[in-house]
Amino acid sequence: MDATIKKICGGDVRLASRLIRDIEDKIPEAKAKIKKLYAYTGKSFIIGITGAPGAGKSTLTDALITELRKKNKTIGVLAVDPTSPFTGGAILGDRIRMQRHAEDPGVFVRSLATRGALGGLSQAAGDAIHVMEAMGKDIIIVETVGIGQQEIDIINHAHSVVVVLVPGMGDEIQTMKAGLMEIADVFVVNKANRAGAKQLQMELTSMLNLSSKAAAGWRPPIVMIGDAFEPATFAENTAELAQKIEEHHIYLQQSGKLTERMHRKAMAEINDALSACLLEPVLSSLAGSGELESFAEKIRNRKADPYSVAEEITQKFFKKQGKK
Amino acid sequence: MPERKIRVMVAKPGLDGHDRGARVLARCFRDAGFEVVYTGCHQTPEQIAAAAIQEDVDLVGLSCLSGAHRLLFPRVVELLREKGASDITVIGGGIIPEQDFSLLYDSGIKAIFTPGASLDSIVEWIKTNIKPH
Repeated sequence: MDATIKKICGGDVRLASRLIRDIEDKIPEAKAKIKKLYAYTGKSFIIGITGAPGAGKSTLTDALITELRKKNKTIGVLAVDPTSPFTGGAILGDRIRMQRHAEDPGVFVRSLATRGALGGLSQAAGDAIHVMEAMGKDIIIVETVGIGQQEIDIINHAHSVVVVLVPGMGDEIQTMKAGLMEIADVFVVNKANRAGAKQLQMELTSMLNLSSKAAAGWRPPIVMIGDAFEPATFAENTAELAQKIEEHHIYLQQSGKLTERMHRKAMAEINDALSACLLEPVLSSLAGSGELESFAEKIRNRKADPYSVAEEITQKFFKKQGKK
Repeated sequence: MPERKIRVMVAKPGLDGHDRGARVLARCFRDAGFEVVYTGCHQTPEQIAAAAIQEDVDLVGLSCLSGAHRLLFPRVVELLREKGASDITVIGGGIIPEQDFSLLYDSGIKAIFTPGASLDSIVEWIKTNIKPH
């Protein structure tokens, strides 16, 4: 085994974090390392935490770490925050809530910036998970960027998805909508000490009464979590959350759904890798030669349309395959 | 090949809750195009060093307004060195009397910015001196 890979599999945080960075920065050697590492992945249980900005995802992640550490599980956390579309910079602030675990060698927290990805994660997230899996983490928690209704890439990466909601974000119609409301394996009504929490719980309950997922064997539980500044009840509530996630894990294993989800994940991985393989070299070659700019100019001046341009590019790059 | 992104961490060691300056800097670094990990107040040097390694940052910027910089800043450098991460640059700022500068520089702090330093000068220093890993 490659010395670096061996160290990462042995849990070396420095090298693991560096490899994650190489993936983020799209350093070509990183791909080769992931290829070697891939055989050692696939054994961790992956929990996704998603919800609106400020809903409490980081605070809940911190509480989950505490719960899971009581059971001696080793944990990796990937916490995603948004990249500025204007400067490319980012404030990665999820860690603030988790710093009490900074010195625990059983916990590895790594922040990622979205770098333009729109699905709630970053392009590097999938491979960053692989790195943490290879490190032998029992559980990996992936905290998405604060999301709205539709940024649900997390379902292609996590085995169990926790959707964190807070009261006061709209009426019952919101719970009927497609997207986010459909992907939860566990719902959290966070800040449940606030007005409207009971109402939200009722709306979720009636939404779940009509859900085909619920009828098919797993009805997503709704965990009410109170004020984080009331440590005793908060700890009790978050212990319940950890419990429900574990129950879902057991359900996945016993029902065979885990295989189904792993398969979905594999399909998504092919999709991602293939588009990286096909699209990125084409785009970077066009950008390098200046053709990309001139195509854009043609489209801007209405001398061409985007479909014809795409066809022309496809013809140029994939000629051989076309002739077969 | 795409350009390496500069990753920095802004941290406040010790019993000091005056984080306005640290937050302004974090925001300014974001606008300079860096990825900025902010760890909040009341951090021990041990927490800061561990987080810097987990996050693979190029630079740690320490902010201290409590007067404990003589102890806390060198300790962060020392811990990074112990953990084999001496390639992570450490700079500091805050209420730091000039007579302490040499002690801090000797301990491995690479730059010190005190009240009056412009945001641009700090960003410029980072862009000139930090080559991403």
